[in-house]
Amino acid sequence: MPVVVAEDVRKSFGSLTVLDGVSLSVSEGELIAVIGRSGSGKSTFLRCLNGLETPDSGQIIVAGHALAPGEEALRALRQDVGMVFQSYNLFPHLTVGKNIELAPRLVKKIGKAEAADIARSVLAEVGLAEKYDAFPEQLSGGQQQRVAIARSLAMRPKVMLFDEVTSALDPELTGEVLKVMEGLSRSGMTMLLVTHEMAFARKAASRVVYFHQGRIHEQGPPEEFFGAPKTPELQQFLGAVL
Amino acid sequence: MIRSFGPAEFTFLVEAARWTVLLSLLAFIGGGVIGMVVALMRVSRNAMLRNIAAGWISVVQGTPVLIVLFLVFYGLPFLGLRFPPLVAAALGMTVYASAFLGDIWRGCIEAVPRQQWEAASSLALKPAQRMIYVVLPQAVRLAVPPTVGFMVQIVKNTSVASIIGFVELTRAGTLMNNVTFQPFWVFGSVALLYFAMCWPLSVMSQRLERRLHAGRRS
Ligand SMILES: Nc1ncnc2c1ncn2[C@@H]1O[C@H](COP(=O)(O)OP(=O)(O)O)[C@@H](O)[C@H]1O
Ligand SMILES: [Mg+2]
Repeated sequence: MPVVVAEDVRKSFGSLTVLDGVSLSVSEGELIAVIGRSGSGKSTFLRCLNGLETPDSGQIIVAGHALAPGEEALRALRQDVGMVFQSYNLFPHLTVGKNIELAPRLVKKIGKAEAADIARSVLAEVGLAEKYDAFPEQLSGGQQQRVAIARSLAMRPKVMLFDEVTSALDPELTGEVLKVMEGLSRSGMTMLLVTHEMAFARKAASRVVYFHQGRIHEQGPPEEFFGAPKTPELQQFLGAVL
Repeated sequence: MIRSFGPAEFTFLVEAARWTVLLSLLAFIGGGVIGMVVALMRVSRNAMLRNIAAGWISVVQGTPVLIVLFLVFYGLPFLGLRFPPLVAAALGMTVYASAFLGDIWRGCIEAVPRQQWEAASSLALKPAQRMIYVVLPQAVRLAVPPTVGFMVQIVKNTSVASIIGFVELTRAGTLMNNVTFQPFWVFGSVALLYFAMCWPLSVMSQRLERRLHAGRRS
């Protein structure tokens, strides 16, 4: 039983077709690395999976929730789907601890003490236990991104989506974030991540997916995908980035 | 008989200035409450609410405060609503302040980056929770300087209430000038008293700004 199913998902912004029939099925525990040129629709696809964008047509089922219009249905889905953004998007007016506790308390109605326990445990998971009382602006980019991951984890999601989460970081800070994601994957989390880190995709992904002009142009296990790309478009893309 | 402008006359102005303070407070409280509603309507997802708020803002902003005041004081009695000058002035100033504060606060809410909404949505927060816990606290920080700046405008604009016979500071000044014929001293004092009311607001704005900012670092 796949955790993520997308079937013939289409999406246009005005006359611009961004997703031109995307189908993808992700099994539990998989780590899907999504790569492709800028503008090929990777972010839009990820954002469709948690309802930040609404597809024009097609079907999406994530963690057992069919994507349907309406706030209630969306919120049920989002409780099981974590999303981490390129720009961290921590809440600047709240401490690290409060950032993490907010959703468990408001959405899951968890008590103060229990929420604090959860916050401390997810912070420990990303190696930032001592930053509980810090404000986001006091942290480095890599630390902020790890807090953002912890904030998502605190909701105990069944799937996590990562959209170029290391792209805004200085090169020396990407490693710590990638390490956290690798650990998460090893612990069994189902993950989809849009990334430019080819070495990471090669090492950690169970499958690599190449987006080209709003479609999944080619996909496969990393050895095959990077070792013997079939389509000229992917060969050309890999030639340019590797 | 011509009085000269002395301490007793100055005291008269100070006492009138208390009415200016009261009217300003009423306008700020009334305008703040309705302005908050206007701002929230203006950013609502409901198109009708948005349009009503936008209409309110542009109509009121496009009307001189004085005319708003005339409408309330002279116009409403035709509909059977007759108010004493203080109430009429407070109502008129409330209408005026609600449009400006509503517009200022709309801007502050919209200035909070879209990504903050998206992060809150992704965490399954309800629309009202996103607004209350994520967006408004950040908007408030942005709102302090323009809001206090506008409070200074309110204080100064209460002078229009003098036209409908409400004896606040400006009206007291003209009355005093009529009996002393010392416009330099009278209106100089009036100006000084307005300054004494507005200056603390500016100082408060700076303090608040600093404290809100420091709060993030502590
Ligand atoms: N909200 C939007 N409105 C209009 N165009 C958009 C919007 N979001 C994305 N696009 C456009 O859709 C295309 C695909 O964007 P995106 O999914 O972000 O690509 P990628 O993540 O692969 O770089 C781009 O041309 C982008 O400009
Ligand atoms: Mg993108």
